[in-house]
Amino acid sequence: MAHDIVFPEDFGARERKLLEIRRQAEKQGELKTRGIRPPGAPFPMASPDTGYYGIPLLKEPAWTWEIPLYFFVGGAAGAAAVVGAIADYTGGDRKLVRDARWIAAAGSVISPALLIADLGRPERFLAMLRVFKPRSPMSVGVWTLLGFSGGAAAAAFAGFLRERYGPSLPLRVLENAGQAASLAFGLPFSNYTGVLLGATAIPAWNENASELPIHFGASGLAAAVGLLELLGHRKSRALQMLGLGASIFECWEGARLESRQLPGLDPLKHGPSGVITRTGGALSGPVPAVLRTLSLFSRPDRARRLRRWASIFAIAGSLITRYAWVYAGHASARDWRQPLGINPVDR
Amino acid sequence: MPTTAFLTDSTLCIGCKACEVACKEWNAVEEDGFNWSGFSYDNTGAVGHSTWRHVKFVENAPEPGFGGNAPELNTWSFSSDVCKHCENAGCLEACPTGSIVRTEFGGVYVQPDVCNGCGYCVVACPFGVVERNPADGRAFKCTFCYDRQKAGLIPACAKACPTESIKFGEMETLKANAAERVRELHSRGMKDATLYDAAGGSVGGTHALFIVRGDPRSYNLPPRPEVPTVYLKKAWRSSALGAVLLLGGTLLAFLSERNHGPRKFPRASHGA
Repeated sequence: MAHDIVFPEDFGARERKLLEIRRQAEKQGELKTRGIRPPGAPFPMASPDTGYYGIPLLKEPAWTWEIPLYFFVGGAAGAAAVVGAIADYTGGDRKLVRDARWIAAAGSVISPALLIADLGRPERFLAMLRVFKPRSPMSVGVWTLLGFSGGAAAAAFAGFLRERYGPSLPLRVLENAGQAASLAFGLPFSNYTGVLLGATAIPAWNENASELPIHFGASGLAAAVGLLELLGHRKSRALQMLGLGASIFECWEGARLESRQLPGLDPLKHGPSGVITRTGGALSGPVPAVLRTLSLFSRPDRARRLRRWASIFAIAGSLITRYAWVYAGHASARDWRQPLGINPVDR
Repeated sequence: MPTTAFLTDSTLCIGCKACEVACKEWNAVEEDGFNWSGFSYDNTGAVGHSTWRHVKFVENAPEPGFGGNAPELNTWSFSSDVCKHCENAGCLEACPTGSIVRTEFGGVYVQPDVCNGCGYCVVACPFGVVERNPADGRAFKCTFCYDRQKAGLIPACAKACPTESIKFGEMETLKANAAERVRELHSRGMKDATLYDAAGGSVGGTHALFIVRGDPRSYNLPPRPEVPTVYLKKAWRSSALGAVLLLGGTLLAFLSERNHGPRKFPRASHGA
């Protein structure tokens, strides 16, 4: 019964289509191109099977390229802050602590810039700070970003001054407080973007509301570990463990998505958005997992090379995964059947 | 102050689009493109940032006609769509600036001087109503003619409607009127007339009630709209679990490294 009706986005295409339909109507006396028609009826019908001419009910996200990139940067920066703080508290490698802090600090500058650039009215960014709404993930996220950015930037800045001009009490206070804040805010900051997507009307997102945050957190950790390893920490046993853990979780996440049969998950499996999601999933999960496992049983120089490639793939996977989820959200919003509870065509 | 509502009766609508025009004129809404949809007399398609009232042209199956030149009659229903002004409004809950507020009349209003165009309301609306205007940057939707209601006038669309298909009034009265109207339609043989107000689910009812004939899905009215805040609990639970795993995993990794530290991974000596 159901036909694939695509509402043309391009207005020129709409007019071309109308001409096409008119020609067909003139020639044959009836139309075969789209919709469901009783014989002789010149136009498609609205019905419980076809919805309202297959015009999507939901609006597509208005976000531009900055937002998925922000998801990636924020996730990596938040996880890097956590890694840096814990490495510091456990007396880990000083250089690793410093590099992790700089990644977090870079993220603390880039993240708000991306977020503001995406706003329809960037000059009104401060309107976000006139309220705190616990029931709005966007509001909670903005305040988390604010706390994280302040903490991460302060820790890196104070650390830099200490290295340059020697230790002093105010610097130590600033550094420690900044680090504690970047840890406290970094934990939610690394994964709240999953809540942001999960608590929406878009079926592909809200059907994964209970998995997206933890998935995004693992993706952020994989990116943070990858960046640290590319900065030269390819001997760190702790990073190896974290990278392995994140990639194994991503394998599990991919298996979970592939095994669940819900019509709302179609955009994550089929069409262009499905290809991107699967590419991101493969680069985040199985590829680094295998490379890292191999590196465990390899000579040191070979192990380092394997870990470098695992890092590169994991970072690419994390970035692609964020774009994939947003792209799948667009495809999901265009699927008019889903919100109307009309079953999709059997594939 | 009693809360107000729209009751849009598709059995009375003649598809004249006076409501669309009146809305655009009163609210100074820009044109929404002179485009052909290519498959319907409805060339607008849906409500959006530049269409706050939208008349749907629901084309039904032909019925037997009178013979002669009219062997069958194509039947149409029209229904003027609008922001539903939900009791639990997804856009209002999602708005991080507090730009979207509930007015004293029960409507959901986007304050244009506060909105910064973050776009989160767009994906939070289960009815696909509010939209970001790409040229302007802010989000727009039906204001429930807040300015007119403030001044004691009825919304422009209801004022302009020539058949009183769009009724405006106090919520409880309109609900009673709607039930009465559905009963009347049933008694006149229109057994498929139903009231759509999304009262059953998490949306908790709307300030825009619709009387439609047949399945509301033909009118792009979702059978089970959910306000996205219902997903908050499980999403934040997952976020908390993610944070615990990240903290625990990192601690475990670095503590185990410390225990193995000096033997295989000599601590770097530079730095403080």
